[in-house]
Amino acid sequence: MKIGFRTLILAAGALALSSAASGTAFAQGKVFKWANDGDVNSMDPYARNETFLLSFLGNVYEGLVRRSPALALEPALASSWKLTSPTTWEFKLRQGVKFHDGTPFVADDVVFSITRASTGASNMKGYFPSLKEIRKVDEQTVVLETKYPDPLMVDKLAQIFIMSKAWAEKNGAVNVADLTKPDESNFATRNANGTGPFKLQSREPDVKTVLVKNTDWWDKHKGNIDVAEFNRIANAATRTAALRSGEVHFVYTVPPQDEDALSKDPNTKVVAGRETRVVYLGFDQERPELLKSNVKGKNPFKDLRVRKAFMYAIDPAAMQRTIMRGQSFPTALMVGQGINGYFKDIDVRPKGDVAAAKKLLADAGYPDGFEVGMDCPNDRYVQDEAICKAVVSMLARIGIKVNLNAQTRAKYFAEILRKPDFSPGNTSFFMLGWSPASTYDAHNVLEQLIQTPNAATKKGGFNPGGYSNKKVDELADKIEQETDKAKRDAMLKEAQKIHLDEVGHIPLHQQAVVWAMRKNVDVVQRADNVFPLSFVTIK
Amino acid sequence: MLAFIIRRILQAVVVMLAVALIAFSLFNFVGDPINSLVGVDTPLDERERLREQLGLNDAFPIQFARFVYNGVQGDFGLSYRMSEPVMDVIASRLPATVELSFVAAVIALVLGVALGVFTGLYPRSPLSRVFLTVSLIGVSLPTFLIGILLILVFAVWLGVLPSFGRGEVVELGWWRTGFLTSSGLAAMILPAITLGLFQLTLIMRLVRSEMLEVMRTDYIKFARARGLTDRAINFGHALKNTLVPVITITGLQLGAIIAFAIITETVFSWPGLGQLFIQSVQSVDIPVMATYLVLIALFFVVINLAVDLLYYAVDPRLRLDTMGKGGH
Repeated sequence: MKIGFRTLILAAGALALSSAASGTAFAQGKVFKWANDGDVNSMDPYARNETFLLSFLGNVYEGLVRRSPALALEPALASSWKLTSPTTWEFKLRQGVKFHDGTPFVADDVVFSITRASTGASNMKGYFPSLKEIRKVDEQTVVLETKYPDPLMVDKLAQIFIMSKAWAEKNGAVNVADLTKPDESNFATRNANGTGPFKLQSREPDVKTVLVKNTDWWDKHKGNIDVAEFNRIANAATRTAALRSGEVHFVYTVPPQDEDALSKDPNTKVVAGRETRVVYLGFDQERPELLKSNVKGKNPFKDLRVRKAFMYAIDPAAMQRTIMRGQSFPTALMVGQGINGYFKDIDVRPKGDVAAAKKLLADAGYPDGFEVGMDCPNDRYVQDEAICKAVVSMLARIGIKVNLNAQTRAKYFAEILRKPDFSPGNTSFFMLGWSPASTYDAHNVLEQLIQTPNAATKKGGFNPGGYSNKKVDELADKIEQETDKAKRDAMLKEAQKIHLDEVGHIPLHQQAVVWAMRKNVDVVQRADNVFPLSFVTIK
Repeated sequence: MLAFIIRRILQAVVVMLAVALIAFSLFNFVGDPINSLVGVDTPLDERERLREQLGLNDAFPIQFARFVYNGVQGDFGLSYRMSEPVMDVIASRLPATVELSFVAAVIALVLGVALGVFTGLYPRSPLSRVFLTVSLIGVSLPTFLIGILLILVFAVWLGVLPSFGRGEVVELGWWRTGFLTSSGLAAMILPAITLGLFQLTLIMRLVRSEMLEVMRTDYIKFARARGLTDRAINFGHALKNTLVPVITITGLQLGAIIAFAIITETVFSWPGLGQLFIQSVQSVDIPVMATYLVLIALFFVVINLAVDLLYYAVDPRLRLDTMGKGGH
């Protein structure tokens, strides 16, 4: 018995030693540790169309094209591309590229990937409404045909990562994991095999995902890290503590209340910049009578004077100074700076004060104001509930009594989004945020948020209040297929100007991308909140 | 005895069904899982198709019946969030919670009994007063605050212990243990203290008051008169007689430790069941939430059964009673 116990201790010691030894071997080279509040939910690049997943997997996988730090399109797996007809794109593929498992990258992989991404349980199907066909011409050339001219097709492809056909077939990962078919294999959920700057070494979902440098990458690493260890730390205070203690080099979602402390700490720094997402308020302009109001028999938001009065009363600059602690960029447009189709010269907020707003309300027939319910998320955007509370008190100044209902995102979206039959959402006055992350282009904003909701064309699907203007609809439909950049930009500008003059929505601000890191770490911050590891330098 | 156990097992099944039923009826209020399943610009008809396929449009009794029917066959479905089988996900988190709860329970029991005996034997000693004051803090401060304070002191200021995670783990089959590496053991210290502190103070105060009581009894005085050593009196006679309530409380609190682990795990980013549950609530991952709640119900039922059986073993009077009456 005693010997048994001693052996056990020895065995334990040996194990501890061996793991310590492997720990040191592991530590050779630069190890970069970072943390975020949420995990990458899957290693499958088509499992979720969400920024963090695409940002993370962009280190492992690559698309035909990619975005530079300034968000411009760059060649990646395609070395060049051109339009051979208004509906035909031809891509020349980069030669000599290998997947992490050693198989060469070929045209079949592109055809396979686009097909996998645009069918089945893929969450990226929304990128391909215009796709007609993808086909291989020869080993270096693929052709993508669209049903109608789609000038943004290549922009969208920056988000579609290329997988290896041979790898997927060998491991039974030809289809994206389908929740309704639990028996099907989902190898790609836990494993990854891309062509990108880092290889997936190990993954423990919700805990730790380790990437190692791909020394055979076709491009040059701009940074100097060899290993990137990603940890999930959900608790904000713990995440900040882990950064301050030096256990991690970098944290992603920085709690607003800790920004000050982290920028004053001699060991850490905070980097903040404009994010492409615009946070805005919207009205129900569709129903003849509001769902959540004491005004009966009519809808006050159909009256431009009422919407204008709201616009005058709400002051995003005051929010920036107080609740946003300087970390917001007030705007009058629904499209953020950094997105194609943002025009600085029309980004001017109509000036008005409380007296002017009260007069407008009185002219509209509401000298004593009215009551309206407001829907707001409390865990989706930076300081979302605080912003809504500020709106409540700003509107109180002009006699509008707002009954705020702030709730968690899962309940909130179910309440306000349009129903599957395209009937309006159950809201009278709401807050939302939007970034055209699929195309980085203003047309996406027009099509999804501003165009008249239409069940047949699927346009205006995220226009819960049903703002509608025929001229804007016409412009948006033309923009969709216009390949001449100058003409297209002119129409983008005109549509936004109409929307601004009509106070279709009330844009508040672009929120900030806030990253915090150790003093000796340098990163490249992108306005789309994507974090490329190949640019990370540890001094 | 056998009849008692069988009856208890039948009760356990009823309890678990009731928990599943209540859990399921609550899920109607946590929101729409589809929103956390798809990207924000997913078309509405695509969302509706998914909702239909997952059976979320079915009536509540049908959804519940389907869950029970599949669950009885050991199939708890796929996690909405991670697209992996729920049982795999839970099995991969179980070791972290079990190890943490075990260490916390051992700390609570060993330190709690030791400090309880000390403060019971020397109630007037200044050291006893210090222990009692500190224990008051342990009872009154909320767990998350204690956790954050420990992180601030030991991770941020002193930099001696990790603030999050399990450190390096070793895989023994499917069981990932943190006991076999130095970083794994170091990572265990702060969360285990945080989790065990409340139970520690509870046990300490219980043992102390029992000790004070017992030390006044006649058989202790008699033992002294017989000239037995202090050691024999304190531990052989006094402590032994205080242990019956301690066992009861410890057993019942074991369930509480596993349940309270939710907060500790969240604070320390401990990759156990509690953290899994919290994140499943946030993303409305109904299959994981339902399975977790049923599993916790199972824990409680098993622990209670074990405690009941322990009564029989420890207290002979109980045994005689039930034998005479043929069960109650």
